[in-house]
Amino acid sequence: MQLDDLYRRVIMDHYKNPRNRGKFEDDAVTVDLNNPTCGDRISLQLKIDHGVVSDAMYTGEGCSISMSSASMMTDAVKGKSLGEALELASRFSALMQGEPVEFEEYEDIEALSGVNKFPARIKCATLAWNALRKGIESEQ
Amino acid sequence: MIPSSVREWFPILHQEINGHPLVYLDNAATSQKPRQVIDAVKRYYEWENSNVHRGVHTLGSRATDAYEGAREKVARFINAESAEQIIFNRGTTVGLNLVASSYARSVCGPGDEIVLTEMEHHSNLIPWQQAALATGATLKYIPLQPDGTIRVEDVEQTVTDRTKLVAIAYVSNVMGVVHPVKQIAEIAHRHGAVIVVDGAQSTPHMKVDVQELGIDFYAFSGHKMCAPTGIGALYGKKELLNRMEPIEFGGEMINDVGLYESNWKELPWKFEGGTPIIAGAVGLGAAIDFLEEIGLDAIEQHETKLAAYAMNRLSEIEGIRLHGPRERKVGLVTFNLGDVHPHDVATVLDAQGIAIRAGHHCCQPLMRWLKESSTARASFYLYNTEEDIDRLVSALIQTKEYFGDAT
Repeated sequence: MQLDDLYRRVIMDHYKNPRNRGKFEDDAVTVDLNNPTCGDRISLQLKIDHGVVSDAMYTGEGCSISMSSASMMTDAVKGKSLGEALELASRFSALMQGEPVEFEEYEDIEALSGVNKFPARIKCATLAWNALRKGIESEQ
Repeated sequence: MIPSSVREWFPILHQEINGHPLVYLDNAATSQKPRQVIDAVKRYYEWENSNVHRGVHTLGSRATDAYEGAREKVARFINAESAEQIIFNRGTTVGLNLVASSYARSVCGPGDEIVLTEMEHHSNLIPWQQAALATGATLKYIPLQPDGTIRVEDVEQTVTDRTKLVAIAYVSNVMGVVHPVKQIAEIAHRHGAVIVVDGAQSTPHMKVDVQELGIDFYAFSGHKMCAPTGIGALYGKKELLNRMEPIEFGGEMINDVGLYESNWKELPWKFEGGTPIIAGAVGLGAAIDFLEEIGLDAIEQHETKLAAYAMNRLSEIEGIRLHGPRERKVGLVTFNLGDVHPHDVATVLDAQGIAIRAGHHCCQPLMRWLKESSTARASFYLYNTEEDIDRLVSALIQTKEYFGDAT
């Protein structure tokens, strides 16, 4: 088992220098999700204008995998239509199943492919994406 | 003294995990099983398996003798007055739920009180919340000291004549604290309340005498004390158990069944509806034989020594936060390593073959009290050694280096 497969430099960078961390001051679609088995929690906020995610932010507590995943996800979905964002979420699920998926529009996400070899950590990586799905579904 | 050969009896310990010899430090979650227990379960299935309390045939008698023999062993192990006061079940959670659903709901009403601590495992918290919601009773919490201990004078303050029940763990699964259960029992009784003790973390590690402690109910799990998963027991005072209604109805637990009404067997069987966990009980009996042969006093001494060693060694690590009292009797240490998330700590340790627990340990209110979102926990048992702790410490130092400035 190679730890560096899991903790790639890109992941540690998102963990230590999170993007989009914080809260919007005005109204936004807000999803609070936690992982009851481990205590990780995320509060995701989406700005949705005319069917497009115009902006996204998050706050939360969790391990390097869950928080870096939230950082990448919020970056990746900005400017995407709701359909495109859901499609990204599906591709992320496939990545967690070990399928060779590419994220040409946001390559950082591919760094999380190693999580697949650490089954106990998959739920950490998917927390933010599950929150995204929930937020979009609440708007549809 | 624990014989140095004790590890030989645990087949699972002799393997490599991720290229390193396994160091198993997650015993508070579940213990490993010795050859003696594995063989007893195998022998049961190969020679005695049958249903209990009904077969006229020879195997039926063998299975019944094995099952009821295990009950006798449990009764002796915790010094219950009689074997009929031992109810077999799936584990601590089920035992506590039985007391909450049957006893608490029949004695509590609006304005009555159930007294707990914020440190309780969810299984010794939620059943009482549900009982309080159903009956209108109020939950009250004994305040915790900064090191996670409780003071007897605070128990005196919290328990009143309206208190019907005090529920507390003998040993905390996070803080490693041993609560003064005997004194708490006296206080509860003085106010006419009963005391329910969660024995999940005490029974495997120290001699427990329910009569000497003067407690009314005591629940524990087999799987944390070398027995298989899926078996546990509830002890109760006879007059209380006799007053309680079963909460599960069906086969095995009935006396006389009519079309419109039925009545129940005597203790303990009225609480054991359905085919019981026979092989599990046999395994629990074998685990008790195994632990008694080594001696609970020797196990306790061994763990106290390991705990002191672990506290000393771990406190050398810069940036570590050790939770709970500095001095401790039980072999359990909960900590946070700087800002490295406990999951990341556990993953890095696992890569070196070291198994610890990370998370909230089924104690979300306690995590809030500690102001940690989660913690890491190393917990020891009779087969752990100082070398195991040395490997833990050096792996933690490497974890800190791996995560660099996150610490």
